Amino acid sequence: MSWILALPFLIPILAAMVAYLGRKHENTGRLVSVFSCLLLFGVTLLILAMVESGGVRVAQMGNWSAPFGITLVADRLSAIMLLVSATIGLAVAIFGLAEIDRERELLGYHCFYQLLLAGVCGSFVTGDLFNLYVWFEVMLIASFALLVLGNTPVQLDGGTKYVAMNLVSTLLMLTGIGLLYGLTGTLNMAELHRELAVMDAPVAMDLLRVLFICAFGIKAAIFPLFFWLPASYHAPPLPVTAVFAGLLTKVGVYALIRTFTLLFPAGDGFGHELLLAVALLTMVTGVLGAAAQYEFRKILSFHIVSQIGFLVLGLALNSPLALAGAIFYMVHNIVAKTNLFLICGTAGRLTGSYELREIGGLYRAAPILAALFFIAAFSLAGFPPLSGFWAKFLLIKSSLEQAAYWVCAIALLTGLLTLFSMSKIWAEAFWKPHPAAGDYSLGKLRPSVRAMHLGPIVVLALITLSLGLLPEPFIEFSLLAARDLLEPAEYVTAVLGTYAK
Amino acid sequence: MDRPHSDAAGAGRFLGLVFPLLPAIPLLFLITQWGSVAEGNVKSVSFPWVPSLGIEFSFFLDGLNLLFALLISLIGVFVAIYAGAYLRGHPMLRRFFLYLALFMVGMLGLVLAADLITLFIFWELTTISSYLLIGFNHDKASARRCALQALLLTTMGGLCLLAGLILLGYTAGTFDLQEILARGDYVRGHSLYPAILVLILLGAFTKSAQFPFHFWLPNAMAAPTPVSAYLHSATMVKAGIYLMARLHPVLGTTPLWEWTLTIVGAITATLAAILAVRQTDLKLKLAYTTVVALGTITMFFGSDDSVAIAAAITFILVHSFYKASLFMVVGIIDHQTGTRELDRLGGLGKLMPVTWFCAGAAAISMAGFPPFLGFIGKELKYEGALAIATEPTLVAGAAIFANILMVTVAGTLALKPFIGRQRPKSDDIREAHWSLWIGPLVLSTLGLTFGLFTPLIAEGLVQPAVVTLLGEPKIVKLKLWHGVNVPLIMSILTFGLGVCAYLYQRPLRAFLAFLLSFFPTTADRIWDALLEGLKRLADVQTRWLQHGILRRYLRVIFLAATAALLLALIRQDNLSLSVAIPALNVKEWTAMLLVAAGAVMASSVSAPLAAVCALGALGVGVALLYLFFGAPDVAITQLLVETLFLVLIAATLHRLPLSYGRHATRFRRLDALIAIAAGVVVTITILAVIEQPFSSPSSDYFVANSMPEAFGRNIVNVILVDFRALDTFGEVVVVFTAALSAATLVGYTLRGRRR
Repeated sequence: MSWILALPFLIPILAAMVAYLGRKHENTGRLVSVFSCLLLFGVTLLILAMVESGGVRVAQMGNWSAPFGITLVADRLSAIMLLVSATIGLAVAIFGLAEIDRERELLGYHCFYQLLLAGVCGSFVTGDLFNLYVWFEVMLIASFALLVLGNTPVQLDGGTKYVAMNLVSTLLMLTGIGLLYGLTGTLNMAELHRELAVMDAPVAMDLLRVLFICAFGIKAAIFPLFFWLPASYHAPPLPVTAVFAGLLTKVGVYALIRTFTLLFPAGDGFGHELLLAVALLTMVTGVLGAAAQYEFRKILSFHIVSQIGFLVLGLALNSPLALAGAIFYMVHNIVAKTNLFLICGTAGRLTGSYELREIGGLYRAAPILAALFFIAAFSLAGFPPLSGFWAKFLLIKSSLEQAAYWVCAIALLTGLLTLFSMSKIWAEAFWKPHPAAGDYSLGKLRPSVRAMHLGPIVVLALITLSLGLLPEPFIEFSLLAARDLLEPAEYVTAVLGTYAK
Repeated sequence: MDRPHSDAAGAGRFLGLVFPLLPAIPLLFLITQWGSVAEGNVKSVSFPWVPSLGIEFSFFLDGLNLLFALLISLIGVFVAIYAGAYLRGHPMLRRFFLYLALFMVGMLGLVLAADLITLFIFWELTTISSYLLIGFNHDKASARRCALQALLLTTMGGLCLLAGLILLGYTAGTFDLQEILARGDYVRGHSLYPAILVLILLGAFTKSAQFPFHFWLPNAMAAPTPVSAYLHSATMVKAGIYLMARLHPVLGTTPLWEWTLTIVGAITATLAAILAVRQTDLKLKLAYTTVVALGTITMFFGSDDSVAIAAAITFILVHSFYKASLFMVVGIIDHQTGTRELDRLGGLGKLMPVTWFCAGAAAISMAGFPPFLGFIGKELKYEGALAIATEPTLVAGAAIFANILMVTVAGTLALKPFIGRQRPKSDDIREAHWSLWIGPLVLSTLGLTFGLFTPLIAEGLVQPAVVTLLGEPKIVKLKLWHGVNVPLIMSILTFGLGVCAYLYQRPLRAFLAFLLSFFPTTADRIWDALLEGLKRLADVQTRWLQHGILRRYLRVIFLAATAALLLALIRQDNLSLSVAIPALNVKEWTAMLLVAAGAVMASSVSAPLAAVCALGALGVGVALLYLFFGAPDVAITQLLVETLFLVLIAATLHRLPLSYGRHATRFRRLDALIAIAAGVVVTITILAVIEQPFSSPSSDYFVANSMPEAFGRNIVNVILVDFRALDTFGEVVVVFTAALSAATLVGYTLRGRRR
């Protein structure tokens, strides 16, 4: 059954090929895209079940034994990230059916979308550092293609900035990987864990830590490396932004979590201190950036940055509780943030603009949308009993238990400012009357379009609600996943078996 | 998606009839439990919720929260009846009832919770639902502003409270409220106690509108009147009060607690009393009197004397009844006449006798006339004030001052709109529908008649609450006639001065205005300035960070990476790197020189094409180095890539939106510095790495297995297509995607142009 670990990237790549070849045919791409996402969802669910029942799962590609070949690994963190990505992939794929114009479909939208998912899933499932780099490349090029698809000036501008800054990340990552290989002679992450644990080279290790923080930090959009994100996320059509918002930065955070628990665990080194500092700065600068915006998508984009800070904070605090908080936060945030973008898309479709000054009246015109926004937005702001509350609770509790009072204070302040921006959107887009009279209700959408808009949003909102009301299974899972990360013996044994240098 | 209004109105009428049954359910339940709880029994129920964090979804009922829960559900019933009538036909009535129901659930959960986190969740539920209720008239910008203010302020307190509760739970080792109540001594002795206390009090003070957070409450009057009647009499603002009462046995009886509560409460009560007299809008006047009451109660909770506590508890009871009635009365006046401005009202008594009766009864209770409960409460207050050990004169002084002004306000409310010439002059003004006045009538009458059943109240409600709060058995007696003593004299003084103040209202208002003019600003304006400052800070930061210029973004990114690497270097204890000049031959030196020259030229020329060519030279130099160090295949690849790159760039350069060569020399120098620094730290990193002996079992494995296992003589090829075939697969996908993307970009542009 080990080959199943390759399916999360094989399915979308296959789907991408079929979708591209059949792009001239009206419905091929659409059907293939949704079907592939459904299949991906099933597979990732199965992987999660396998990991839950039998621990870490491993697949040696080409049957070359670790650490010589490339190993695919699924532990709890990988499994949950895969499942959440597949869920988001499916939700946005359906939403995209109603929002992506025929012209972009002809240019290969569905193909690039599937390739993006392949890159994301590949990153989550690989156990090899260079292979991770390859999946990052797939992700980067597919996201660039999606970003500029349609070729409008604003897209080209955003795309140029996006790709230029991400290439710096590529450069740093490649340098880091090369040097790490020079230091240890291996690229397998489990073997790297063993090698680095006994390595007596503090200078090299610290410099490598910094290199990886910068490389993945650009991907994750931490301060002061996040500029590419607000510079590009408002450019493409909304489904593209939504899937970017949900997944792209989170892959960077995943890579940080993976490397800074497995390769560079906290200890004498410099890594976690640096991470803590940038986490706090990221939280504050991101949320302040949002406070200055008056455009629906830009507010949400800056909030991504701020919440990346929370995720990195959980990693930097380095306790089982904090790391569990980061994992829970990540799952919650992917769902809530993607949903907010989808809602933003529906709101933009109904009112004709994303500028808060030009829109309004949705509270009266589209009460269902208002309720769904309220759930997602207040969850993001950390209000109980929604999912964001538990995420925040775990992080605040762990910071207080470590007597990191400043950290706690900044986290709480960031939460308050998040609420400020969310209530700004609520007051402007929903409560305030629309500047011009007209029909802004959901009723003006065709029933099929309405279903493709509301269906994904409702499902994601239900996930947010259930994470909030019945958090125990998810928190328990996060705690176990965090324990696995902090005590990686099972992971290492599963990958390397009896191999010893 | 709104249904037509008539339909909504029909559904609304039905809801208006059914909705009051909702709070009636807990009310009936509480009444059945009353007897048993009053005898000192505690009921509790608990469900596991988040066992991995030690959080339970649990509730309990004891003497203290019984009182609060009874008030919430009893007043809830009448507010529900009133709201159905007040908002009849409103298109958003169903949403209103939804929010009100959420709010009721939040309040009941809050006071009944037996787990700190459960309590907090209901606490925030009241915050959210009150946000929606205060902003109910969402078309008005002022309502949105006030809703936001209340939300932000109470959430700010809520977040402090959360931190405080987590610390309290951490200190006590449990989130179980009943267990924590038993560990008061331990908590008070803990080094974290001051932090816990301050954080929790911040939560309570913001919610209960204590100075300097008092301003949100009057602004929250933007809500429809039924909301004000409910939120600001018996419920929302009492949440903070309840919290202080609940945690009194854990956090109370220290000097820090006593001083903080006494002083904050006294300032709040005094300031709000002055502001209340000054107001001419009836609803705002009432709002400020609520703040007075909250300040007074807080002040009394500062003490651990049983008489003071009993006074506070009795006052909570009295205040809830008269304040809910008075809000509803003001709502009726507003509803029937269209104004609640004091100067535009008069002579309504004959037209609206029932309303007048309600106003009068409630006002009597508020002013504390004998023989009603208000009087007993006030006597008790004075007695309690004198019993407070810390600062009896301060408390008594503040209490008397506040009460004098309350007598004045009560007089104004009960008389001013109802006597004299009829204003506004309209023939349409008539008594309200019964469903509007039934609430205030019952509540104010109950408030009055309580005085006649003092033993019942004392033993059934006040005493159990006081006993629970203090954690020790106390006998509470409420008496109408104590004989001639100091409190009675203070009472008489209060009435005398209060009546005088009522009669000389105009000069009094002028005098208070004069007094207030010494304050340079109001808390409300400070709040606005804070928000404005926040926005400005955000603007400045964004302009500084997210300016939109790619070159500057890249500069910051490289600078940050270099600085972080330098920082890591500086932190090292013993940084010793052996730098040996390698023995290179001439051709190797030549290749190196080519690389260096290419780099220098690329960064110094200003024509884009020249820079690209220089980069090409650099690339060729690197390829040569590969060649010389035994990797001919890599060298070939490098050469191919360089050539292709040069051709592609040269072909497309004129179409790229580059602003190359047009920026200041100053910045180019800075960029050069950053580039050199980056190069240096990366070099040091490489040196640090190659100091370690290199051994790779992988290389050995590849060499050993390439031929026998993978059947390939060229090891590099075997690595690419077999050992690490997945990487190659991924890179093929990358190239494929890049080609497709480029094709669509070019094709699309061409088609766009043809059009």
